Amino acid sequence: MAKIELTVDGARVSDDVEPRMLLVQYLREKLGKTGTVIGCDTSNCGACTVHLDGRSVKSCNVLAVQASGREVTTIEGLADGESLHPVQEAFRECHGLQCGFCTPGMIMQAVDLLNENPSPTEADVREGMEGNLCRCTGYHNIVKSVLHAASTTGGAK
Amino acid sequence: MTATAEKPDLEIGRERRRKEDQRLITGRTRWTDNLALPGMLHLAMVRSPFAHATITGIDTEAAKQAPNVVAVFTGADLADYAGACINAWAITPDQVTPPHAPMPTDRVAFAGETVAVVVARSAAEARDAAELVDVEYAELPAALDLKEAAADTVLAHPDLGTNKSAYWVFDSGEAGTGGSADEAIEKARGDGIVIEREYRQQRLIPAFMEPRSTVVDPTGEQITVWSATQIPHILRFAIAATTGVPESKIRVIAPDVGGGFGGKLQQTPEEMITFAVARKVGRPVKYTETRSESLMTAHHGRDQWQKLTLAAEKDGTVTGLKVELTADLGAYIAIVGGGVPVLGAFMFNAIYKFPAYHFACQTVLTNKTWTDAYRGAGRPEATYAIERLMDELAVEVGVDPLEIREKNWIKHEEFPFTTVAGLEYDSGNYEAATAKAKEAFGYDALRAEQEERRASGDRIQLGIGISTFTEMCGLAPSRVLGSLNYGAGGWEHASVRMLATGKVEVVTGASAHGQGHETAFSQIVADRLGVAFEDVEVLHGDTQISHKGLDTYGSRSLVVGGEALVKAVDKVIEKARPIAAHLLEADVDDIEFSAGRFGVRGTDQGLAIGEIATAAFAAHNLPDGVEPSIDSEATYDPVNFNYPHGTHLCAMEVDTETGGVLMRKYVCVDDIGNIINPMIVEGQVHGGLAQGIAQALWEEAVYDDSGTLVSGSFVDYLLPTAADTINFEVDHTTTASTTNTLGTKGVGEAGTIASTPAVVNAIVDAVRSFGVNDIQMPCTPERVWRAIHAHDGDAPTEGAAAPHFTEETGMQGQTDRTDGAGA
Repeated sequence: MAKIELTVDGARVSDDVEPRMLLVQYLREKLGKTGTVIGCDTSNCGACTVHLDGRSVKSCNVLAVQASGREVTTIEGLADGESLHPVQEAFRECHGLQCGFCTPGMIMQAVDLLNENPSPTEADVREGMEGNLCRCTGYHNIVKSVLHAASTTGGAK
Repeated sequence: MTATAEKPDLEIGRERRRKEDQRLITGRTRWTDNLALPGMLHLAMVRSPFAHATITGIDTEAAKQAPNVVAVFTGADLADYAGACINAWAITPDQVTPPHAPMPTDRVAFAGETVAVVVARSAAEARDAAELVDVEYAELPAALDLKEAAADTVLAHPDLGTNKSAYWVFDSGEAGTGGSADEAIEKARGDGIVIEREYRQQRLIPAFMEPRSTVVDPTGEQITVWSATQIPHILRFAIAATTGVPESKIRVIAPDVGGGFGGKLQQTPEEMITFAVARKVGRPVKYTETRSESLMTAHHGRDQWQKLTLAAEKDGTVTGLKVELTADLGAYIAIVGGGVPVLGAFMFNAIYKFPAYHFACQTVLTNKTWTDAYRGAGRPEATYAIERLMDELAVEVGVDPLEIREKNWIKHEEFPFTTVAGLEYDSGNYEAATAKAKEAFGYDALRAEQEERRASGDRIQLGIGISTFTEMCGLAPSRVLGSLNYGAGGWEHASVRMLATGKVEVVTGASAHGQGHETAFSQIVADRLGVAFEDVEVLHGDTQISHKGLDTYGSRSLVVGGEALVKAVDKVIEKARPIAAHLLEADVDDIEFSAGRFGVRGTDQGLAIGEIATAAFAAHNLPDGVEPSIDSEATYDPVNFNYPHGTHLCAMEVDTETGGVLMRKYVCVDDIGNIINPMIVEGQVHGGLAQGIAQALWEEAVYDDSGTLVSGSFVDYLLPTAADTINFEVDHTTTASTTNTLGTKGVGEAGTIASTPAVVNAIVDAVRSFGVNDIQMPCTPERVWRAIHAHDGDAPTEGAAAPHFTEETGMQGQTDRTDGAGA
């Protein structure tokens, strides 16, 4: 067992974990942060995407011990209280989700993409979201959502 | 004058943002795998690595000694608890159906079949211990190739004596719905056109994003089953029917379910094993599959060979169609398994006026993963075949493929139209949809560009693909299902509870998993009952709340479930009417209901429906003999299927040097009748298109020579990403359905059914000048390149042109593993 201390969605937490425990397992099983989900076992789908020190990572590809001393933000910590993040708003506004399973990862990835590039083109969005799979939307409205979020935060192209 | 002078804005037709989304975008979700119960144990399955083998021994001792392992069970241990996996549709009376124990005791019939289950305090410990279960197998020859299996070369189940499960035939001559296809073909061989083709429908994997998960809690008086399923009601029935546990002692809940596409329309071995283990150990247990397990064992779709003969006059008027299918069932006949090709049987004739039609299907058992419904279920296969053939006919006649279609399709003034397959199409307007699609697409300009590129010998060739599809959806009239020997009906149930506070609870037997029922059904109820959209709560997916239902598949929820809802709402209004009359001191005949208000004709007096609900709740002042409730329910059996249609146009660019393909434009104009929520409909179309396009271009479940699924992870099974797809242009024409009150048609499967042939037609059209008339799906660059170069000279590429090849690894480049691949 290894002792870890980190900040998750603004709360400081501390646990003893198996060294092999993945960050996504830690979030779900130890913290009950079930908003972050597991969709595959080969880090292809991106459903588990969270932010580690402000950058998107696939949390199935990070060990919990690697997150020690760092700051994790999940989909559950993205909104500012009752006020949704503009990307969350955009996904609802543009019907960027159907079953919603890929959505936490999509939104976290989109936030990271827009942090990097506040004024993306459609091609930028499609490339930037390539690591996240969705089976419901055909991506059409996901792309639209990200572009919409860019425009509402002043960075449309 | 009426009580409500102003007509409020109608909800139906509005792009209401979804009620479902607030939770989903903030991570406040109830996926089955999210559930944790006190003392809950975790399961891990031990699965066969062999496609076909006798189990000669299982040693579980080491696993039982592993840390925090509570129990290890084999098939023999669970035999009395596990029930059986049912096939609800024996398509012929003499169908050969292998018995399907959730965990076999003596023999495995596909790679991935469960042979033991480990129960431990954590999922990780269960998985660790599963590695310690020592299973001895004696490998048997496996029936893998579909055509070879159909010849009984190797038996998938030796005891059955054959792989041939059922042979199902429809002949329009015998049915009295048309003439003899054989005669039509014979005649066309003399003085007309005969097109003969064989097409492959490759095996696909539904690949819903949420892996399947089941939690069973046996500690209450009712055993509660949470499962990632499309069919909580059918699952409850199947568990009860095969385990002997009374149906009333089982509660099945489908909480948030992350996609299905038919793939969660199943009673799975894993659900039955989890149920059995919970009863054995008396504690809550959870099983969640890995993605690899999901791809390997959750049912697959498609997998057919299609032998097709189309007869026509010299001018292109179709005279007959003969279809001979061979369909791969996999190792067991899934719940609707054998019925999937039969659902396609009525659709090969599509929108065309064939005077003669013959359909025959041989279903075949193999040692591969079982197959069942995948988005469209039978109809994509049929649509692919006929839409590909119509293009071939156009080439033969020498006219534009749209012209050949128009020559043969049902004209809009000919509806209702009884087809050669015996279905009555209630409505449609193929001319209108096609005209609109052509304009949006810029059809003539793209044809001109295609000509230019051909004439100049451009490296990039352009192809235009057409699919003028229809489908039968809204499963289904129970009498029709009965005549097809299906094990259940096709009705749906709904109830409406008028709460004392004026809110409305709607309970539906449909079970959504991403479709937006909560929003769309709220819109329907809000309009019909005259209450606020926000005041309607839609409940579903729990057999203790929604006690009756047949769940969600086959584009049925709106056209069957929505109609049940309409009928339940109408009953509420009728029950409220005498109470309103009593309270308003008027004659019942003078009561009018409009926009949520009961008024007295000729006065300005009135009461809102919510006020009647409150009055019924208080029950202080009701007419004599009237029960203190206006709650109502309805069970609706559809009178007919439902026939959406549309014209899909696709432009593909083909790089003739690399075989690479690029989608340039996709336009579709679908007629799905009246639309409740255009935003949700558009989303359904987008997703359907992507799945149909993926069949054409990327996806295939591939097995190696020993029956191992080699596309068993998302690294190998190629789901499209955002970077692979384009924006779609989606539009509609509207011809209201005449067989339901709202005039709606199904939409969930339309995009998938229509798009596959549009894409392949476009690719073939782009390279037809190279002598290509077919490319097998998925149309990989290699297959496209090989098709283009099939007629090149005789000299093979050798030596310096392939410097990194060796004699040992072969000089043929990457070997295509699928029979019949290439041109």
